[in-house]
Amino acid sequence: MKLVFKSIERDGCGSIGLIPEESEDMWHAYNLVAVGDAVTASTVRKVQTESSTGSSTSNRVRTTLTITVETIDFDTQACVLRLKGRNIVENQYVKMGAYHTLDLELNRKFTLQKPLWDSVALERVEMACDPAANADVAAVVMQEGLAHVCLITPSMTLVRSKIDITIPRKRKGFVQQHEKGLNKFYDAVMQAILRHVDFNIVKCVIVASPGFVKDQFFEYMMQQAVKTDNKLLIDNKSRFLLVKASSGFKHSLKEVLQEPAVMAKISDTKAASEVKLLENFYTMLQLEPAKAFYGKKHIERANEALAIEILMISDKLFRCQDIQQRKEYVALVDSVRENGGEVKIFSSMHVSGEQLDQLTGIAAVLRFPMPELEDSDAEGDSDSD
Amino acid sequence: MARHRDFRNRTFSDDYDDDDVYGHSVEEDSCMSPSDAAQWIYDRSRNQQIQFLQNHNNIQEETEEDLADTSFSSQERRESIDLRSLNLDEEDEAKLMSCLDELRNVIGEAVADNILIQTVIKHNFDFSKSLDDILNRKTKEPEVPKPELVKPVVLIDPVKAPVITTVENTPKVVATNLEPKTVGVVKGFKVGQDGSSSSQPQTPRDQSPCTERLSKTEQVDEIKSTPKVKENKVDANALYVNERGSDKDHLYIVVIGHVDAGKSTLMGRLLCEMGEVSQKTLHKYEQESKKIGKQSFMYAWVLDETGEERVRGITMDVGRAQFETKTKRVIILDAPGHADFIPNMITGAGQADVALLVVDATRGEFESGFDLGGQTREHALLVRSLGVSQLAVAVNKLDTSNWSQERFNEITKKLKTFLKQAGFKDSDVTYVPCSGLTGENLVKSPTEAELLKWYNGPCLLDVIDKFNVPERPVSKPLRLSINDVYKGTGSGFCVAGRIENGVINKGDKVLVCPTKEMAEVRNISINEMPSNVAFAGDQVSVTLTGVDMQNVSVGYVLSDPIQQVPVTTRFEARIVVFNVKVPITKGFPVLIHHQSLVESANIVKLKALLNKSTGELVKKKPRCLGNNCVAVVEVEVCRPICVERYKDVKELGRVMLRVAGTTIAAGLVTDIVNT
Ligand SMILES: Nc1nc2c(ncn2[C@@H]2O[C@H](COP(=O)(O)OP(=O)(O)OP(=O)(O)O)[C@@H](O)[C@H]2O)c(=O)[nH]1
Ligand SMILES: [Mg+2]
Repeated sequence: MKLVFKSIERDGCGSIGLIPEESEDMWHAYNLVAVGDAVTASTVRKVQTESSTGSSTSNRVRTTLTITVETIDFDTQACVLRLKGRNIVENQYVKMGAYHTLDLELNRKFTLQKPLWDSVALERVEMACDPAANADVAAVVMQEGLAHVCLITPSMTLVRSKIDITIPRKRKGFVQQHEKGLNKFYDAVMQAILRHVDFNIVKCVIVASPGFVKDQFFEYMMQQAVKTDNKLLIDNKSRFLLVKASSGFKHSLKEVLQEPAVMAKISDTKAASEVKLLENFYTMLQLEPAKAFYGKKHIERANEALAIEILMISDKLFRCQDIQQRKEYVALVDSVRENGGEVKIFSSMHVSGEQLDQLTGIAAVLRFPMPELEDSDAEGDSDSD
Repeated sequence: MARHRDFRNRTFSDDYDDDDVYGHSVEEDSCMSPSDAAQWIYDRSRNQQIQFLQNHNNIQEETEEDLADTSFSSQERRESIDLRSLNLDEEDEAKLMSCLDELRNVIGEAVADNILIQTVIKHNFDFSKSLDDILNRKTKEPEVPKPELVKPVVLIDPVKAPVITTVENTPKVVATNLEPKTVGVVKGFKVGQDGSSSSQPQTPRDQSPCTERLSKTEQVDEIKSTPKVKENKVDANALYVNERGSDKDHLYIVVIGHVDAGKSTLMGRLLCEMGEVSQKTLHKYEQESKKIGKQSFMYAWVLDETGEERVRGITMDVGRAQFETKTKRVIILDAPGHADFIPNMITGAGQADVALLVVDATRGEFESGFDLGGQTREHALLVRSLGVSQLAVAVNKLDTSNWSQERFNEITKKLKTFLKQAGFKDSDVTYVPCSGLTGENLVKSPTEAELLKWYNGPCLLDVIDKFNVPERPVSKPLRLSINDVYKGTGSGFCVAGRIENGVINKGDKVLVCPTKEMAEVRNISINEMPSNVAFAGDQVSVTLTGVDMQNVSVGYVLSDPIQQVPVTTRFEARIVVFNVKVPITKGFPVLIHHQSLVESANIVKLKALLNKSTGELVKKKPRCLGNNCVAVVEVEVCRPICVERYKDVKELGRVMLRVAGTTIAAGLVTDIVNT
């Protein structure tokens, strides 16, 4: 993301101009825009014009509109951010107060005006505009009959393709059906890789599985590549990295991201460090349960005692519609930092972020044990269904 | 939903007052306390029941043939063309089949078999011409109605509970066994009492309104259209006696143990000694294995059939074979030992009545298989959790220790302690010294002088022959859990699986769950032998028509169409946590293994922590669950699955929870949560 300008008053209100440059930036924008903010962007609007003779024609015109945001939609597959709201600035084509839906577009500037730019929002802008944090990785987790082809960007894990094929088991005298089914499966996975992995961007393709599936698959794919003279695969052979995973389900990505061989290649990805952080939390919960807590109530009390060493919080909590709630979480983050604690905002689009979301979205490792918390009930945390 | 349920008023052990009584002599440091194990583990062998044999031996066999016939619609009949009627010679038939396969690859299942066959024959087995013809015809008449029964359309929302929309025309169901099977059979065991109530799943909790409507209309339809079926209804138990009364009992044995313990070799050798493998085949294996430098695996090749398995010298999926002993027909399931293939091992163990644990007696090898991280423990715990209670332990490769009694005792002593903790009764475990490679003490008493000095117990075959065959719940509503889907020969396709409950007849209509599509049973074969009927406990292959092969997966259940298996995405389970590296919290992503199904799931709620031995509530909503604790949790699966409460159908009420390749807990389904 490119920062065009930034003008924020002392009281925190103000606007920032940004140009999204890649689909990942849409995710950042999604986390920035809140209901009630004003967004200015260029858009296409259908306009009816009536000529003097009375016949009406409809034209599509490009114009710049400013709306107050009422609904926010993020399409994770297409990486499109759709904002709907009322027009608030006089415009040649669109009446004041008329509804319009803005699709933020790549490489087109938009301006976001907020009544309050809090620390979390500003941090997001900083992160989005950091050019260094760019290491795209593709990962295929597979087991016999099941594969997920994923793209891992710094703040998103996108499942691009899920292959789920029933492969006949081996049975007396019918081994061929099993082998034929396997080949069909490998072929489907290979096609998915060719379709979804852009070798111009992706530096490394991780193929992970239990047993020998990955090796067999890789062998199959390379054989096919030679057979069909697929230059793309042959040239990029060295970018494939085979590692172990316990299954072909998506959350086995967590194991994959902790493999030393993978860490070495993608050390600076947020995904990998978040896995590690969450793992540390669980280890602490095992070894010293009085130093690891989750759920808003417990965390707030730990913070009051200035006990929080590392706070993990899901960005989902900052996207909530309730402004008061968001304020509370931002205040918590600020307070932990003030007291010398570390705050890690997890992306809910990564596997560990998904898990953190399920775990109330907030967890912390403490500096010192607080056994008194253990005994107190964390009401309101669990029964939220 | 289950908000603020009062746990204090609920003793969890009540749900499990089972038929099991366990010895209470287990040490305190056990992974599972005795009473606890008693509550959540079911002894398959206990319920020996011969009573009904006496009660019903005068019931005559009814003819099922014409039942099956009346239930075919004429259209359907046309669909399955009998190749024999075409009078093709062998070569043409092969050509036809390969042509058909190719065509199917291109056009899928959209065109009926008979049309394809006719076209192919018309074009003299020319693939491209036939394809052209068929595609043209498809564009010409796109509205050709599919010649099959109207079936309920089921739309399953991947996240929420199944939403079932029934097409206006209610499906016609013709099943042969419709009455709730509580007919006056004297039950020799308590489980049956649960069972009779469980066969009515139409409590509001179990069934969504739409499915209820569906099943009701089916019932009405049924009565109108086929009154004959009712008259002809055969009591399941009587049928069982009639069909199987004189046969040898079928016994399913899963062979488990650490990788390279010699399981496949042992079984291969056993089969050779029993004369199940021809000299010619064995000679072939010997030559071929020599060629790739794996001669020591020649016996293992009897069971390891895929190229991959043979080249690598390890079993990857369950191998199957059978032989007969004096009193039994034994079906062995040779499980893979490698940690990566535990999902396959679980599938095998789920079908087994008893288990044979193989350990490598070689110095150092037994230890590495038995220590933490080895599969000996995990396998034993898994089979126990899956309901197996009788175990034979083959102390294998004793030839490498010169048949030392000391070594044998050392190993058995260690295993005894552990197996007791795992919930096996001492009297249900037998230890046999043997060697798969040399064939010592497999089917004949030992000949080795060193062994004869101190061993005078039974050989492996005798131990197998002495296993008790568990009671088969034939009179409960049909449940068949699918563990394989493949193309058979001829029309339709085959599913293989174990019948957990009930009876299946040729011609029966069955409900494929969780998708709830009706299918018809065209053929049944038990251990490769065709049969008209199969019973609970049998591992069968069933040829189905009326559903698309693509719409059936491993882990699905064939259910009685009236007394349906519950389908849900959420259930409550009582779990026993194994040794875990990190504690379980809410939101913990796991893989659940349920029969052959593996699905990703999430532990969404930790409801209660229970006392390990008394089952009393220790803490409501615990923060996390550590090693060896017992707890009630709620699990959400990412797709609807078929589960039963443990007290209703035991086999479908057990789940294993695994994370990152290790088993973290075993659970029993206590409640099915409607979503
Ligand atoms: N000396 C000796 N070697 C044996 C014996 N039984 C098996 N072996 C050897 O042990 C190796 C492994 O045998 P397998 O039968 O493949 O072992 P497995 O338990 O089936 O292995 P997985 O299925 O991969 O878990 C082979 O090289 C066998 O020759 C025995 O009784 N004595
Ligand atoms: Mg083997």
